[in-house]
Amino acid sequence: MSDVCIIGAGIHPFGRTPARTGLQQGVFAVRQALRRAGLEWSDIQFAYGGSDSAGNADTMVSELGLTGLQFINVANGCATGGSAMFGAYSTIKSGEFDLGIAVGFDKHPRGAFDPKPAEWGLPDWYGETGLMLTTQFFAMKIQRYMAMHGITAGTLAAVAEKAFANGTLAEHAWRRERVDLEAILAAPMVSDPLTKFMFCSPAEGAVALLFASEAKARALGLPAVRLRAAAVRSRPPGSFEVFAPALTMERGVSPTVIASQAAYEMAGVGPGDIHVAQLQDTESGAEIMHMAENGFCADGEQEAWIAEGRTRRGGQLPVNTDGGCLACGEPIGASGLRQVYENYVQLTGQAGARQVPGDPRIGYSHVYGAPGVSAVAIVERA
Amino acid sequence: MPDLPPPIDDRLLRIDADGSVTLLAARDRGDGRLVFPAPGDADAERFEAVTLPRTGRLWSWTVQRFRPKSPPYAGPEAFEPYAVGYVALGDTIIVEGRLTGAPLDAFAIDMAMQLVAEPFALASGDLRTTFAFAPAAEARR
Repeated sequence: MSDVCIIGAGIHPFGRTPARTGLQQGVFAVRQALRRAGLEWSDIQFAYGGSDSAGNADTMVSELGLTGLQFINVANGCATGGSAMFGAYSTIKSGEFDLGIAVGFDKHPRGAFDPKPAEWGLPDWYGETGLMLTTQFFAMKIQRYMAMHGITAGTLAAVAEKAFANGTLAEHAWRRERVDLEAILAAPMVSDPLTKFMFCSPAEGAVALLFASEAKARALGLPAVRLRAAAVRSRPPGSFEVFAPALTMERGVSPTVIASQAAYEMAGVGPGDIHVAQLQDTESGAEIMHMAENGFCADGEQEAWIAEGRTRRGGQLPVNTDGGCLACGEPIGASGLRQVYENYVQLTGQAGARQVPGDPRIGYSHVYGAPGVSAVAIVERA
Repeated sequence: MPDLPPPIDDRLLRIDADGSVTLLAARDRGDGRLVFPAPGDADAERFEAVTLPRTGRLWSWTVQRFRPKSPPYAGPEAFEPYAVGYVALGDTIIVEGRLTGAPLDAFAIDMAMQLVAEPFALASGDLRTTFAFAPAAEARR
């Protein structure tokens, strides 16, 4: 069993790129990762890749080269990128191969997602009468959380304000202009209590990460992080998820909680050991709730944490240092890998103007999505 | 009491003689679990047909401020925002539905709610009956 390292990363800017398909953005990210690492496509022994709605990843071999490598397509909803990474992690760890790639990309149409009830095992009336919207779920989850744990609208706005501020410093971010607190609070409500600036939008983008065994990473001598944990978990009983016409009275924890606990156990570290975290921020309330679900604070403590700036770049635990989904948008297949990309550049000191101070060594990333799936990765500078 | 339009789905709700609606659910005979909506292919040996309580407390809520995409949304092109919430029906189950009977900003968690019939206009102009929750009479001041 080998340790698994990430030795290179590439990214296609997030946002909207009308001139390129999702697949072409994926190819762009792969080529950038290879170029930065000084490697050739022919050096790559295996690939895992996927998108939610932009095509089959393995067709990119016709652009990258017909080397005959093992290329496995991954389709796992919001955890597509996390699952591709898990595949790469397991493949290296098993000793099967020692150099491979995980790539995720996507390109979604404008506006909210428009799921079909039958594809989710739901009757037509649920969609017909206007109940089948992910935005409603996120709004109702944070609405209840705010009432139970004393989180205020000002704290929701502060999370969005931080995201846009961080996004101004990230070359790959979509939204690169600051938005002040008053404008965020005064913006039109999308689903109460969340205004337009508090929601991320479906978008486009691509990320590629190069994975190597410890020995291979040492031989190549590239800046590297060790993947200490990679866990993907589905929902436990009683979790509150999208597209639920009814919930049981007995409520349970979220898939994030169990993915997080599994990852800490695999890595042998706890929340207090993490120096920088990328947490799923589909909307600003999600970042707040995910701080607690991932063990960084108790329910309700976010109000003080955020007021004191503890999650800003110079704070005790910088969160979403590239602006997260709020500033980058959410191309489903690429979003989870973007978080790991950001941790890779932060821990290897390549984050430029948005570099987290204090020589961060351990990074945490967390994806959450429909229909109740979460992926957590913990990386440490090698 | 004028006749209500037909149910949007016969398996979702029943229209009673007095013009009220009743939500249809199923109970798994094996583990006692309550299932709403009742499974489409409800196998009578596994599931017992049951109805849900009509009153409860608001568990959470929001407002749908933009017109959902069609499909799946079947309402008319002209759009009015509507409130949506989850209501804990006694101690049985928490059900999601439209909220009505109060201004959009008048809902609050833990408010007493009751089940009501809700007319729903399809894009064609035809009407159907669905369900909603409104503040219970006792909660109205």
